[in-house]
Amino acid sequence: MKKPFYFFFFLLIVLSCKDETECCVNPTIAIKLKFTHHWDGVELSSSDFNEFKFRTANDDLISISRLRYLVSNVLFNNTIQSSSTIYSLIDIDENKTTLLVTGVPISKVNAFAFTFGFRDEDNLDGAYADLNSASFNVPEMLGGGYHYMQFDGKYKDSNNADANFNYHAIRAADITDPDNIILQDTSFEVDLGNIEITENTTIEIKMNVAEWFKNPNIWNLNELNTVLMPNFDAQILMNENGQSVFSLGKITSN
Amino acid sequence: MKYLGFCIIFLFFLMSCSSKEDDVYIPVAYNLEIPQLFADKLIPPVIPADNPLTIEGVALGKKLFFDRILSGIQTQSCAHCHKLQEAFSDRSQFSEGADGNLGSRNSMPLFNLAWNFEELFAWDGKEFGLENQVIEPIVNPIEMHGDLKEITKRLNEHDRYPDLFQLAFGTSKISGDLVAKAVAQFMRTIISANSKFDRYLLGEATLTAAEENGFNVFMSEEKGDCFHCHGSNNNPLWTDNQFHNNGLDETFTDLGLGAISGDPADNGKFRSPSLRNLTFTAPYMHDGRFSTLEEVINHYSEGLRFSETIDPLMKKVNDGGVGLSDQDKDDLKAFLLTLTDEEFINNPAFKN
Ligand code: HEC
Ligand code: HEC
Repeated sequence: MKKPFYFFFFLLIVLSCKDETECCVNPTIAIKLKFTHHWDGVELSSSDFNEFKFRTANDDLISISRLRYLVSNVLFNNTIQSSSTIYSLIDIDENKTTLLVTGVPISKVNAFAFTFGFRDEDNLDGAYADLNSASFNVPEMLGGGYHYMQFDGKYKDSNNADANFNYHAIRAADITDPDNIILQDTSFEVDLGNIEITENTTIEIKMNVAEWFKNPNIWNLNELNTVLMPNFDAQILMNENGQSVFSLGKITSN
Repeated sequence: MKYLGFCIIFLFFLMSCSSKEDDVYIPVAYNLEIPQLFADKLIPPVIPADNPLTIEGVALGKKLFFDRILSGIQTQSCAHCHKLQEAFSDRSQFSEGADGNLGSRNSMPLFNLAWNFEELFAWDGKEFGLENQVIEPIVNPIEMHGDLKEITKRLNEHDRYPDLFQLAFGTSKISGDLVAKAVAQFMRTIISANSKFDRYLLGEATLTAAEENGFNVFMSEEKGDCFHCHGSNNNPLWTDNQFHNNGLDETFTDLGLGAISGDPADNGKFRSPSLRNLTFTAPYMHDGRFSTLEEVINHYSEGLRFSETIDPLMKKVNDGGVGLSDQDKDDLKAFLLTLTDEEFINNPAFKN
């Protein structure tokens, strides 16, 4: 049992040596993306969950219990920096809020963008073990693939009673005719423009959670609250409102 | 260049051959066979680096699991409350402890435990890691009511155990830590992955129309919406292993996760159980309040109770739930029963 082990170690060393020579011809660095969250400027973390303390543009009072979403396809200078899909499930409650992108070429100014959710070409049903293990899938009857976002909470309804909302963003699916589902890619690219990166750069990306309910569509939770996954039109509204939720935060080097 | 490589590899072989010849017996690595669907769909199981599975360790763990020596007055083993025919759970609502005391929770089934990725065990997540979960029932006064010092003394004086620990762990000095490691090893080998639905996913079985509709009810957000918490064809564990309040009560006698975390927002939250092997695991819920699947389905369909911490996924709470049709209820039950794994409860590897 021990011998193959040594062999593997040796192989590892050989392989890692090879990498090193490659790296020096074409130097690359790793960049950390850090996602932070706020409600119209007021910082938001999991310690703010489960309390009715946020007011939407429609004047609905809400409490948040779960907010996790997928970011993918990180682009520097319009090219993806790895042959594999770079994606990460951001989960505020579990404090999973960073994404490490390796293989970024060193250069001063970079067009920087990422995708909220999965583009159709990446949105492959059951293909990602970590996302399956996190139960982030979309049922096959809705076209399969993965949630873009699972945002669950409660709002005070018109009788001031607690009611639930499941703001789940997925690829829009019209299943009026189950034998002929119409799918529309509602993931979107977030373009954060030119930024300067150097070794050990951390890029903060801020999500204004309030924007999901505000711009351009004022969201009325009394009308759109649950069962939004099979609601094609609701998915289009989410896509439109999503465009303005992200902004560039601090860029730090350490 | 190539030659040099071979030379060095050869050298490594030589070195590894010459050393350790007269060392202690090294236990043989246990090859955990990962079911096809798990390998395809899930991240790897959790095997702690300081407790790798070995054939000797697993065998020892199994022996301990079925041995009454682990309880205070040597009257009950783990299997007293975790019976293989019941998917390693217990038909009694509350299991009787060694001293005849009843707990307040239903015994949990034991399978696929190595795929509980966050390693929070028990209904309320109070134990981190399987090793800790082994010691808990041994010393719990309403369970096996043992004293760890007394039990390790007993094991150390036993005519067989010191040798078995020597083989498994290279020492005959038995500690609570090693007992935990051995039993945890055995429990990590307990896998259930051969139900009709598994075979259906592998293309080896077909579903009846009722089972197929039941699966659709399970997966449909406007009907069952079970998949957000209980897995799916893409998460064959049939649980998310997360903590939720699924609307059982308006007020709580058992705070669940809330008592552990101290956060009132966690009151009434319990870990979603796997829906595999429900045929064998009645009664249901943390307190075994439901004795049939019909009762469970009626709960989700029209029996939901509001409390502040109820999970937002529980829809139409004010109406008690989404109100499934009788047909959908029957079919949902038919589907749930396709997650039954007969091979599992008859597996000789898990029999005493
Ligand atoms: C008196 C009955 C009883 C005995 C004996 C008993 N258990 Fe349990 N077991 C339970 C109950 C009840 C629970 C649920 C505990 C809770 O949530 O508080 C449980 C939970 C567990 C779990 C957690 C499963 C999961 O998915 O989180 C494991 C593992 C376990 N027991 C292993 C053992 C082992 C190993 C032994 C022997 C050392 C043992 N049990 C002895 C009743 C028992
Ligand atoms: C919000 C997450 C959630 C959803 C959605 C959900 N469950 Fe559960 N389920 C749980 C939790 C948590 C428990 C354990 C609750 C307890 O014991 O207090 C549970 C328990 C069960 C049990 C008991 C299993 C056992 O071994 O005791 C069954 C059966 C079950 N659920 C079936 C379903 C079905 C069918 C659906 C869809 C109609 C569903 N669940 C939807 C979270 C959920």
